[in-house]
Amino acid sequence: MDDTILEMRDITKTFPGVTALRDVSLTVRRGEIHAICGENGAGKSTLMKVLSGVHPAGSYVGEILVDGKPVRFHGIRDSEAIGIVIIHQELALVPYLSVAENIFLGNERRGAGGLIDWNRTNAEAAALLDSVGLAENPVTPVIQLGVGKQQLVEIAKALSKDVRLLILDEPTAALNDIDSAHLLDLLRRLRDRGITCILISHKLNEITAIADSTTVLRDGRTVETLDMRAGDVTQDRIIRGMVGRDLDSFYPDRTPSPGAEVLRIENWTVRHPVQDRNVVDAVTLNVRAGEVVGIAGLMGAGRTELAMSVFGRSYGRDIRGRVFMHGRQVRTRTVAEAIRNGIAYVTEDRKRYGLNLIADVCRNVSAAALGKLSRAGWVDGNEEIRVAEQSRRSMNIRTPSVMSAVGKLSGGNQQKVVLSKWLFTDPDVLILDEPTRGIDVGAKFEIYTIINRLVADGRAVVLISSELPELIGMCDRIYALSAGRITGEIAVSEATQENLMALMTKEKEPSR
Amino acid sequence: MTSTKPAASERTASESAPAAALHTGTSDPRTLIMRNLRQSGIYVAFVVIVALFAILTDGVSLSPGNITNIVLQYSYILVLAIGMVIVIIAGHIDLSVGSVVALTGAVSAVLVIQQGQPWWLGVLAALAVGVAVGAWHGFWVAYVGMPAFIVTLAGMLLFRGLTLRVLDNISLSPFPAEYQRVANGFLNGLIGGQGYDAFTLLIAALAVAGYAVGQFRTRVARIRYQQPVESFPLFVARVVLVGAIVMYFAWQLAHARGLPIVLIILAVLVLGYGLMTRRTVFGRQVYAIGGNLPAAMLSGVKVRTVNFWLFVNMGFLAGVAGVIYSSRANGAQPAAGNMFELDAIAAAFIGGAAVAGGVGTVVGAMVGGLIMAVMSNGMQLMGVEQSTQSVVKGLVLLLAVAFDIYNKRRAGAAR
Repeated sequence: MDDTILEMRDITKTFPGVTALRDVSLTVRRGEIHAICGENGAGKSTLMKVLSGVHPAGSYVGEILVDGKPVRFHGIRDSEAIGIVIIHQELALVPYLSVAENIFLGNERRGAGGLIDWNRTNAEAAALLDSVGLAENPVTPVIQLGVGKQQLVEIAKALSKDVRLLILDEPTAALNDIDSAHLLDLLRRLRDRGITCILISHKLNEITAIADSTTVLRDGRTVETLDMRAGDVTQDRIIRGMVGRDLDSFYPDRTPSPGAEVLRIENWTVRHPVQDRNVVDAVTLNVRAGEVVGIAGLMGAGRTELAMSVFGRSYGRDIRGRVFMHGRQVRTRTVAEAIRNGIAYVTEDRKRYGLNLIADVCRNVSAAALGKLSRAGWVDGNEEIRVAEQSRRSMNIRTPSVMSAVGKLSGGNQQKVVLSKWLFTDPDVLILDEPTRGIDVGAKFEIYTIINRLVADGRAVVLISSELPELIGMCDRIYALSAGRITGEIAVSEATQENLMALMTKEKEPSR
Repeated sequence: MTSTKPAASERTASESAPAAALHTGTSDPRTLIMRNLRQSGIYVAFVVIVALFAILTDGVSLSPGNITNIVLQYSYILVLAIGMVIVIIAGHIDLSVGSVVALTGAVSAVLVIQQGQPWWLGVLAALAVGVAVGAWHGFWVAYVGMPAFIVTLAGMLLFRGLTLRVLDNISLSPFPAEYQRVANGFLNGLIGGQGYDAFTLLIAALAVAGYAVGQFRTRVARIRYQQPVESFPLFVARVVLVGAIVMYFAWQLAHARGLPIVLIILAVLVLGYGLMTRRTVFGRQVYAIGGNLPAAMLSGVKVRTVNFWLFVNMGFLAGVAGVIYSSRANGAQPAAGNMFELDAIAAAFIGGAAVAGGVGTVVGAMVGGLIMAVMSNGMQLMGVEQSTQSVVKGLVLLLAVAFDIYNKRRAGAAR
């Protein structure tokens, strides 16, 4: 029998309207590197939030045992007290504090009279930095370090808390190959020192390289736990677990009848707003009228960044490339310009970027095309209501009235309001970014039906989605995006979840 | 961290409410009051405060002379509050308006009093200086991207300093009679009346009639577009109540000195800006920016342009207030307008504007300003010390915003 450090039993966690985890179980042996994989939204991060106390005991169903004893965490401090430390994907360092200050933040090394003992702080920090292989002065402000080194500071911080179980959420997502290799090396050394690691990663090559076990999650359930020590588990084997076998058949039928090209993007390159890398790299793609074109990519592949940079340069800097509408080059340098040229972008984060939650349905629907409702700057309020009522009926928005605040509607109905808003601008092409994220199955079907109606009207749709069955079920063609590059274009008749996932996880090839 | 525990229980309660019933006329007063608690709460508070001071002062606060006084005394704060609530809805603040009132008044006084220019030139110059100051603030906020708090804090110092420079550290007085009429003049006797001013009553009656017709037309249109409306008796009751209050107010004015000119200015501004915020594209965009800035940007709203112009507008209204104040004070003083910004900001927040932006109305800010005005005036009539007045006003502001936050938490929980 292996020595078990952690056991999570039948964890179920629900959010309003969504079940994020359903009877998920996870067993981690002491001193191993245990990988967790799954598609976006499979429940990996939620599971780790349950484990670390971010979702406190009582907000989920199920049991957590550490060293065989049941534990109940009410916050992150409880889990850290017994040596469980989580390092989130977005690093939680204070940029203007020094490395040493960050390491001991909330856990300060004090001397006489409760004052901070700086000599001790810096000396201990130097020792910790040494153990993670980071040759930096502890008094250096964190902002002066690259992302890879910041990641190491986070690990040093975890070590300062006497970590026994270290959880890393996508630690290499923002790192280049050298930094990634360095980090994986460090994880191996930590394992040799007896520290157990849980590693969440999309990079399957990393997982096959260093994990001792891999647990696969899908749709909030545990699919399987693979023993990797024999070395016979391939990336394809993991992909099979991640995507499953069954393609859901609830996508409404549509006879494809693509017409003339509507949108073409050529050689589109976008720099990260602060970091020195291309988030979107020489992307070329096109969409025709009456066609649904999918963009498949894992988190961080640059899907949203591609869409937002095209839509009025709402993301990134040093944007290069050309946009054509109906074969004619157009400028989309402001959102208003993009809208005028017939482009609409439906955001993946409707609450933050899509809706004014405190305003009513009516005002949200009209927000992007008030000009159509006004003469000489005066809005025709009655006409506005008529338009909103029309959307309410055609989109089947379930709301007491178009005068109700959007914030009170369910996710699916909010999404229909966002769609209504963009349809009212009468676009030729709609870029839908995760249009069914966080909404229930019934509402998803309605959204799919709406998409089919749009293309039947001769519009073009670009569908960005993390759900491969959704892409295969809805699209005519699918582009795969990995690390900002198009790694493949597949007609839907040839697309399988396996070959898409292989393209999405394809390592980048050297630049031409 | 806000508590999330009560959220779950309240959510189910509010979602299960059979809200579809609202589609036809609703007369259940409890539903109506609860639905509009945020807006109606302020009116209820206003009525309570007016009644309270009427009792405490043995009716003196409602006497014709005193009502006239309140209008004359607080008009410039109300003018400032119109601009301020728009700035606040967009998520900004303006701390400089007191200094701008002083500067615009000073420029006007220098032209009219020192250099003997006609009174209307002083007025135009004051308005132009106000617009220029607004453009200055708008430039830094909208195009440089600085927080309005800092920009207008700097403006507060800057324009106070310029006021001192323009006035050479002395007060200027008096203005010619025409200029004084702006804030102290009355329109009366135009069509006679026995012991009262018939003209004032006529204007008020026309206003009430206009209000009733406008409300009725809105109601008809809403029914035609199948929108929820209040039941007919309730509608009539509301219109009659508002009409009665306006006519009572006019009656009192008619028995004092007639219709103050400044009240006409104020009424025109409230009406105009009320329509602007509710009915124009610009007004909608102000709410959109304050409600969710990134979403407004991604909807094609030209955020910079809107931010620039709403500060220009604030500057213009500060110029109007500067004219009214200098006219009422019959001169310009280096310390004029001190702390006016705080009264204007308080009026907007008491009137239901949200600290985070996106919520607020011109009419609400007017009622908020009147609450402050009635309280100050009532306490003065009672001979309450200045120190106590300040404490009471401070507490009222605190409670009003606390109420707003409490309300928002409930609304958030209902999500």
